[in-house]
Amino acid sequence: MAIGIIGDTERKPLAFDKLGAIVAALAAYGALLAPFATFKANRIVQGETRAIWEALPPLLGYGLIALVTVAAVIALLRTPLTVRMASALAVLVALCFLAGAAADNLTPPDNAYARVSPASGFWILLFAFALLVADALTRLNPGPVVRLLFLAAVLALVGGMLFAGVWDGLSILKEYASRADTFWAEAGRHLTLALGSLAAATVVGLPLGILCHRVDRLRNSVLGVLNAIQTIPSIALFGILIAPLGWIAAYVPGAAAIGIRGIGVAPAFVALFLYSLLPVVANTVVGLAGVPRAANDAARGLGMTDWQRLATVEFPLAFPVILTAIRIVLVQNIGLATIAALIGGGGFGVFVFQGIGQTAMDLVLLGAVPTVVLAFAAAIVLDALIEMAASDRSQGRAA
Amino acid sequence: MASLSNLARLSVLLLLLVFLLQPIWFEPLLRPLVQANAPAIYNRGSLFWLTILHLRTVFIATVAATVVAVSLAILVTRKAGAEFLPVSRSLVNIGQTFPPVAVLALAVPIFGFGEKPTLIALFLYGLLPIFENALTGLTTLPPAVMEAARGAGMTERQQLFKIELPLALPVILTGIRLSVVISLATATIGSTVAAKTLGEVIIAGLQSNNLAFVLQGGLIVAVLAVLIHDALQGLERALSSRAHV
Repeated sequence: MAIGIIGDTERKPLAFDKLGAIVAALAAYGALLAPFATFKANRIVQGETRAIWEALPPLLGYGLIALVTVAAVIALLRTPLTVRMASALAVLVALCFLAGAAADNLTPPDNAYARVSPASGFWILLFAFALLVADALTRLNPGPVVRLLFLAAVLALVGGMLFAGVWDGLSILKEYASRADTFWAEAGRHLTLALGSLAAATVVGLPLGILCHRVDRLRNSVLGVLNAIQTIPSIALFGILIAPLGWIAAYVPGAAAIGIRGIGVAPAFVALFLYSLLPVVANTVVGLAGVPRAANDAARGLGMTDWQRLATVEFPLAFPVILTAIRIVLVQNIGLATIAALIGGGGFGVFVFQGIGQTAMDLVLLGAVPTVVLAFAAAIVLDALIEMAASDRSQGRAA
Repeated sequence: MASLSNLARLSVLLLLLVFLLQPIWFEPLLRPLVQANAPAIYNRGSLFWLTILHLRTVFIATVAATVVAVSLAILVTRKAGAEFLPVSRSLVNIGQTFPPVAVLALAVPIFGFGEKPTLIALFLYGLLPIFENALTGLTTLPPAVMEAARGAGMTERQQLFKIELPLALPVILTGIRLSVVISLATATIGSTVAAKTLGEVIIAGLQSNNLAFVLQGGLIVAVLAVLIHDALQGLERALSSRAHV
């Protein structure tokens, strides 16, 4: 904060901001030239587009244009970071509310077939001002706790708007309304796949990484094999695993009873597990290799056994690097779990691929948007945790 | 040792070519995987042709992504574009959390079905690793070298083309390699939106419960990925060892 203010006083008054110029240009195009909402008579037909002033009641429509204009001018001029951020956030919140308002305004009363969805203008405005927020946030460089609170506030706001029914008129929520039960079942399966395979990879990968760190000969061959697995495309690995798991289910007694089958959750789980192993093992090796020799020597001097040294010296020092692997794996698994739907493994991919099959794009969004939000939230949370762990470590060193 | 692994690579490549051109020779190997009357070799198109189309899609997307990503990285590391450096870094971090399937799925409503959304998704997703590595390469040049270049009276343009880009090249190539491997895999998913890639073989296998199709489609892509990954890695090693002389 303090750095930001000093930087601002050094700036010349009425100078233009380059990023702000891009944001302002995007905002002008998004608000005035591109359509704000799409209206469809039913969920499959081609839609007709509506500009802001057609999609919203006059007061709200011109109010939004005025707000966007003010925020664009603030972005264009070199204004203090906090002001830029506040104005951009105001536009984003207004956009979210007005998308719902446009849906209510455009849908004829008692018409269950009509679909209203945000159009390109909405997305361009959202992108432009999100870019401004991202820039301001990067420059303000808040600590991990503030970032987590910011994320929690955004999620709470979105959750509140969902709960209050602000977006109930939008097509994506109409798709949700007609399959609310399956949505939560698939959400659960998606999380089980992503988190379960991560947990399994951590349980297997950590000891394997420690072993690779201690035994030189093992390291190259294990990492080589895991690297090769990483280059197999996900869709193929999912498919290839159908064969061995089908064989196990058919010939190993009891395997089928605990849910191992050729298609479904089992091959998806195993595939995600195999993809997760490389980052976990590789980062464990890198983390342990980065432990200062002096720390190890001191521990040996204190008469610690190998196990004590591992648990009290090496592992805590390597922890931030291992946590980085967990971040990579989690974000990657949340994305890859969508592919499980192709082999009957469930998850948000079910909606994505069903939607693609029916050319119903709202259904695609119902699967894609939660996946992106989950991956994004997971990345922010784990980045904050990594930073906290790393700063703990450096404080511990200084003490 | 090195020649032995080169020999192994060469024989894998030959095996792949033979399989693509004369898949029928391998029929007895795949026959046990399918039911009595089902075909064991993909019969709805030529495997060789699909492989070419698959590689073409990946190639076009990667070339476009490389040109755009490297230009952007050069832009934000110049004085005129320095204002964009922080935000471009966070954009790359944010962009990488987007799952490839989601990028593909979101491209469909805008670009329709077929090759186009696949190309767009591969292009967008391919940008990130290349941009990130180009940025790393261009911002972590040894200060002494840059000092010497300036001292020798080089213009900014000369510095860029004679010093910065050649030194950053191995790191940029690593980014391109990551991008190609991701694209090879993601292109298979493109077949769910009717793009002509090897994913077609895998998906046909998944739909008709034909394990032989899944296996041959998957293995071709995997072998392609491993071979291309290896070749690019070899190129990087050659370049970086030259750079260190």
